Amino acid sequence: MAEIHISGARKVYAGGTEAIPGLSLEIEDGQLCVLVGPSGCGKSTLLRMVAGLEEATAGEIRIGGRVVNDLEPAERDIAMVFQNYALYPHMSVFDNMAYGLRNRGQKRDEIRRRVDEAAAILGLDGLLDRKPRQLSGGQRQRVAMGRAIVRQPQAFLFDEPLSNLDAKLRMRTRVEIRDLQQRLGTTSIYVTHDQLEAMTMADKLVVMNAGRIEQVGAPLEVYERPVSVFVAGFIGAPPMNFLSGRVADGEIRLADGARLGRTSAPDDPDVVIGVRPEALEPREDGPLRARVRVVEPLGATINVHARIEGERDEIVASLSGVPSPRPGDALSLAPAEGELHLFDRASGRRID
Amino acid sequence: MVERRPIFDALQHAVLILGAAIFAFPIYLAFVASTHTGVEVSRGLPLLPGDQFAVNYATALGEGLSTSGAPPLALMLTNSMIMALSITFGKIAISLLSAFAIVYFRFPFRVLAFWTIFITLMLPVEVRILPTYEVVAGLGMLNSYAGLSIPLIASATATFLFRQFFMTVPDELVEAARMDGAGPMKFFKDILLPLSRTNLAALFVILFIYGWNQYLWPLLVTTDESYYTIVMGIQRMANVGEQQPQWHLVMATAILAMLPPVVVILTMQRLFVRGLVEVEK
Repeated sequence: MAEIHISGARKVYAGGTEAIPGLSLEIEDGQLCVLVGPSGCGKSTLLRMVAGLEEATAGEIRIGGRVVNDLEPAERDIAMVFQNYALYPHMSVFDNMAYGLRNRGQKRDEIRRRVDEAAAILGLDGLLDRKPRQLSGGQRQRVAMGRAIVRQPQAFLFDEPLSNLDAKLRMRTRVEIRDLQQRLGTTSIYVTHDQLEAMTMADKLVVMNAGRIEQVGAPLEVYERPVSVFVAGFIGAPPMNFLSGRVADGEIRLADGARLGRTSAPDDPDVVIGVRPEALEPREDGPLRARVRVVEPLGATINVHARIEGERDEIVASLSGVPSPRPGDALSLAPAEGELHLFDRASGRRID
Repeated sequence: MVERRPIFDALQHAVLILGAAIFAFPIYLAFVASTHTGVEVSRGLPLLPGDQFAVNYATALGEGLSTSGAPPLALMLTNSMIMALSITFGKIAISLLSAFAIVYFRFPFRVLAFWTIFITLMLPVEVRILPTYEVVAGLGMLNSYAGLSIPLIASATATFLFRQFFMTVPDELVEAARMDGAGPMKFFKDILLPLSRTNLAALFVILFIYGWNQYLWPLLVTTDESYYTIVMGIQRMANVGEQQPQWHLVMATAILAMLPPVVVILTMQRLFVRGLVEVEK
C-alpha cells in the first residue's frame, strides 16, 4: 500500500530525444491510475521510469514516501505485468510465479502458500505444472498477473497487459483486473492506448500527449469537460465531432450562421465547436442539416456517419430509440442542451 | 510443393539411396577389411565380412601397432577424447561468456571487441599455425594436453552464434528478471542458459567433431607418443615406409575412431536438429 509521487520527472534519451520534458503526478494509495495516449506520447516511458527500467534524467520518483530514483527495480517493491507477459519459457507456471520470491530468499513453504493462493484467486489451480507454451493467451496473461500478485508489492505496474488478447477476452480480463485491484487495494499504474480501457478502469485518468499531461481527472470528469481538442478527440468513441463556428453575443453559431446554442464565453469570430455523437439527436428544425453516408447499427445505438450539406465536414451521430435512417437520406440534427464544447482555434484549449 | 506421382517417388528414393550408398560404402569396406587377417586384405579386398573381428579389434585396442611406432589404441582414444572434450567445453564456456558480455553489457569498446572476435573467423588454425606453434612452444606446452587443446579453444563462430541467439531473447524477459531481483549472473544461469539448451547441444556436437578430427595441430605439437591422438595415429600406422601396412588393423582403428562422434551425434540428435532449425522463445 503506497502512494506514488512523481515530481519534475524528465527523460532525455542518449540520442538527445526528449521523451518527457518534465512531468509531475500524484497517485493516491489504492488508486488505479491509467495513463492513456497515442503511441509515442511517453506513457510507457513514464511507467518504465517508475519501474526503474529507465533512468529518470531529472526529477524525483517516490513510492510510499521513499525516493526510489537510485534503486534497482527489484528493490522498489513493485511488480510489473508486461505487454507480452514475459514469462520464462522454460519454467513451469509455478516456477514463473515463485522465481521472484526465491530470489528474495523467501522460505519454501511461504512461497508454496503464496503461489497457491494467487493461483486460486486467478483460477490457475490445475495449471501450475504446465509450461507457458502449453497455455492459452488468457491463461498466460493470468500467470503474468500471478507473478505480480505473489510478490505482494506496494504497487502494480501494467504495461498494456490486454493488447495481446482477443476482444472478448480483453473485456472479461479488464473486469477481472479491476476487481482484483480493488480487492487487493494495491496502488496501480496502468498504461494503455485504448480509451475504452482507460475510461472503464481508471480511478484517475491521465491523458498524455507528446510527453506532457494534457488532463488529469476522474474518467467522467475528463469525458464531460475535456480541457483541449486533443483530449476531446481522444476520449470517447466514436470520437467527438469538431465544427468550425463563432461566438457572438452569447450565441454559438456555425460558419453558415445556423444557431447551435447559448454560451457564457466571450465573443470570438473563430472557434472550434465540439459535440459528442451521443449528444446529437434528430430534430426537424435541427441546425445541422446533413446527408447520411453510412449507417452502423450496433444494437442499442446506431452510428450515423453523415456529411454536412454544403460543406466537407463529416459528422457522426450515435442515435438510439429512433428508426434507422438510410444512406442518402437527409437528416437534421440538433445538439442537446448544454452539450457543446468550445475550444480556441489557435491553442486548442477549452474556452467556456 | 512437388507433385505426388509414383515416378517422382521412385526417382527421389533412387537418388537418396544412391547418395546413402556413396557415403556408406567406404565405411562398409573399412569394416570388412577390419574383420579379415592382414594376409587376406593385402591380397585384395574381400566384399564380405570375415571371422577375425574379435582378434583384430582386441589386437588394435590392446597392443596397437607397436611395430609402426604408434601407442596402443586405448591411449590414443583417451587422448583424443580429452582433447575433443576440452576444446568443446572450453569453446562453449568462453563463447557463452563473451557473447553474454557483448549483448548484455555496455562497456567501452564493446563494438570493437565484437569485431575483433568476429575478424578472427578469417584466421583458422591452419593460417596462424606457425605463430601459434611458436607461442605454444615458448610457453612450454608442447607434448601436453594444454598444448593440444588451448590454442583451438578461442572461437568466433560459437560466440557469434550465441550472440545472435541472445539478441532474439525478448528485452521484456531481461526486464522481468530484473524486476524479479535476478542480477546479471543469476539471469545468465537461471534464464539464458536453459533457453540456450538446444543451441548448446548443437554446438556440442559440432565442436566435439571439430576437436576429434583435428589432425594437423596434434601432429605438430606432439612428439611424445603418449600424447598421440587417434586421428594422427591412423596416419602413423598407414605410413610405415618399407613395411607393408597392416591394413586390417588400420581399418579396425579407423572404425573405432569413428565411433565416439557417432555416439555423440546419436545421443544429441534431437536437440541438435532443434538447435539448428528453431529458436525457442
